[in-house]
Amino acid sequence: MQEMMIAKAKELLGSGAVNRVLGWKTGEFVYDITPAVFTSVEELEKDFVYNDFCGNNLSKYLIKESRKEGKILAFLKPCDTYSFNQLLKEHRILRDNVYVVGVPCEGKTDGETLKAKGVKGILGIRTEGDSFVVDTLYGEKTLAKADALPERCLSCKSKKHMVYDELLGPEGEVLDSHRFDMVEKIEKMTPDERFEFWRGELSRCIRCNACRNVCPACSCEKCVFDNDASGIAQKAAADSFEENMFHIIRAFHVAGRCTDCGECSRVCPQNIPLHLLNRKFIKDIDTFYGEYQAGEDTTTRAPLTNYDPGDVEPSIVYGKGGKK
Amino acid sequence: MQDVKTFKPKIVAFCCNWCSYAGADLAGTNRLNYPADVKIIRVPCSCRVNPMFILRAFQRGADGVILCGCHPGDCHYTTGNYYARRRMTLLFSMLDYLGIEKERTRVEWVSAAEGAKFAQTMNEFVEAVTKLGENKRLEDLRCKK
Amino acid sequence: MRKLPIDQLSALFQAIAEKEALYIPADDSSGQARFQRWHEGMEMTQALNTVRSAKDFFFPQTENLVDFKLKGKEIEVIDPRTEHEDFVVFGVRGCDARSFTILDKVFLAEPVDTYYKSRREHGTIVSLACTHPEETCFCSTFGIDPAAPEGDARGWIEGDSLYLEALTEKGEKFLAAVADKTSECGDEAVRAQQEKTRDIAKKLPLHELNLTGFNGENMLKLFDSKKWGELSQACLGCGTCTFVCPTCQCYDIRDFNTGSGITRFRCWDSCMYSDFTKMASGNPRLTQLERFRQRFMHKLVYFPANNEGEYGCVGCGRCLAKCPISMNIVKVAKALAEEVR
Repeated sequence: MQEMMIAKAKELLGSGAVNRVLGWKTGEFVYDITPAVFTSVEELEKDFVYNDFCGNNLSKYLIKESRKEGKILAFLKPCDTYSFNQLLKEHRILRDNVYVVGVPCEGKTDGETLKAKGVKGILGIRTEGDSFVVDTLYGEKTLAKADALPERCLSCKSKKHMVYDELLGPEGEVLDSHRFDMVEKIEKMTPDERFEFWRGELSRCIRCNACRNVCPACSCEKCVFDNDASGIAQKAAADSFEENMFHIIRAFHVAGRCTDCGECSRVCPQNIPLHLLNRKFIKDIDTFYGEYQAGEDTTTRAPLTNYDPGDVEPSIVYGKGGKK
Repeated sequence: MQDVKTFKPKIVAFCCNWCSYAGADLAGTNRLNYPADVKIIRVPCSCRVNPMFILRAFQRGADGVILCGCHPGDCHYTTGNYYARRRMTLLFSMLDYLGIEKERTRVEWVSAAEGAKFAQTMNEFVEAVTKLGENKRLEDLRCKK
Repeated sequence: MRKLPIDQLSALFQAIAEKEALYIPADDSSGQARFQRWHEGMEMTQALNTVRSAKDFFFPQTENLVDFKLKGKEIEVIDPRTEHEDFVVFGVRGCDARSFTILDKVFLAEPVDTYYKSRREHGTIVSLACTHPEETCFCSTFGIDPAAPEGDARGWIEGDSLYLEALTEKGEKFLAAVADKTSECGDEAVRAQQEKTRDIAKKLPLHELNLTGFNGENMLKLFDSKKWGELSQACLGCGTCTFVCPTCQCYDIRDFNTGSGITRFRCWDSCMYSDFTKMASGNPRLTQLERFRQRFMHKLVYFPANNEGEYGCVGCGRCLAKCPISMNIVKVAKALAEEVR
């Protein structure tokens, strides 16, 4: 696939159809891949990479890139196309300035996930059928691919591209994922258990803002938490209340717009399962207002900018959720 | 938890200017009783209430927060309360998901003519929150010093 | 050198904890290693290092500096500090142990930061030698020997024993306090382990990282490098690298209105943030390029220029592992090396 992508990029750069290419760049190790904009054939040949570690969602970069001179070629995975579509809907990306090439994805892993499986001192990696063979400082280690993927890929919602100008490789399907299983499990807990669970998770937050800054839905020019004049600007959670507030408000602000790409949980240095907050909103929206997948299209109204006179009353919440 | 008999909850009530605030006014002119611990904040429309307002009220020491607006279909701005309804439904559900007592938050539709309903709603809400006791799960300790 | 059978480790912890607070790296409910106050039954983590560094012990993420209370027209100023208890941090790795020296240069220089100093005086650092460094480790670049860490005392776990050695007066005191649990021994086992570890350290992929030329003389050349644009291109402007870093020491001071007074607190800040060093006239660093450059110039150039060549990095590798877009100090140093050689 990588060769096909480089060939496509060279072709489009050569013909002048685009003047830049948005993709992934190799790093020091096999897994530390950085999103990058390539402008020449030499750069592409030297550093362009597409492998099992290219997990970064590239769509958010297009907010800025699509406003620059000329057209940019963007390689987007199925996940990324949902975000791309959602940003189009919000008029954040200038569609005419982007040439989207859809690329297939079989799930992306990362160094952290491998290390959580007990792999130490990663030097290299190769794929053998359904497993990864990892060469480490302390010998070789074989991991089944299914075990070495992060949660977001194990509960992948779709391998289908929502938008593209051209597709490399075969098109995938929307999958019947089990992504709400954990949300349901938490809902079934008692309020005390839920409170303990979330305090345990959110109290680890160090307010690095990685979840917010990586999120394609968090595209505000100035976040309320960065705005001194807002009265609630926070650089650190000085009280547990602020941890709760930041995450509730952030999840709420992207409710109905979050495509569930899972970047927030991937980047969290403290491994807080932030996607479980977003998925709760997605699940509630599906239940209360009908099935809705953000990023599926660019025309319908989002659930929170829409209403129905017959909507459920907020009191429905009192009858729901968990043992007392 | 504090003694239920002596504990008086602090309640913040966001009332829309056109219906519920007038409803509260009517409750007053009709000399209907409702607890003095209910602090009313007038907002132009129920949909003016950002989820942040609710959380901030809790941060600043509220034990319960109630939002009152025009009945669905009667919004002064035609549709504001429809949006508020969706937002609050999702927010309350999220609070519940985080293990924060859902009975501390409520939405009630009160028209300008429903002074009695306003007083009754407040009495019921204060009673429910009194039973829950002090807000411990969504408090900011710095504000309680 | 003193020695203790490893199955007596809990008994050792018990003995320490009876006298003062003891912190060890242990896994939390999510399976991540972090320093936690020891209690009976808590076991040391198997992970090489904690996700957050050990700097929290002396320079916590948030800390109240002063409270103001209003009484009529009077303002009462309250120092919220309470007397610190003595504490022991056990199991600090060589990289983190060195980071305290770097932080000392900032906080103990005039004017001395009394908040930091007080914590430092009450803390005893017992470091622990590494045996299985990761590919992200590059402490040797800064002259740190993972097999012989710094600290008040240091330890090695080899076979079924823990070996301990004091390095400072505080360390002597620590060892004396647990003398009945340990016995005098030779250092052959430790030497053998050290050799093994040093052999592995030589095989680490970043072992050869060379910082020659990163100094005050090349400041402008490095500052004006064309490479910064490309390097900072994908940076999200989050604070992950800063907050997991054992040597990042920038902070902000803020006031919080509690309704009945003001709490003035300080908290970690990150030069990667858009409002870092914001002044009345605005922010001096307008784009992510300048913010990104600031972080690495500080660590690789400004800090050594002001501190006899000591870099503001200890090679712990946390930022390499944690950066959401995998851009880090190693990549920056390698890319800029050609500017100065």
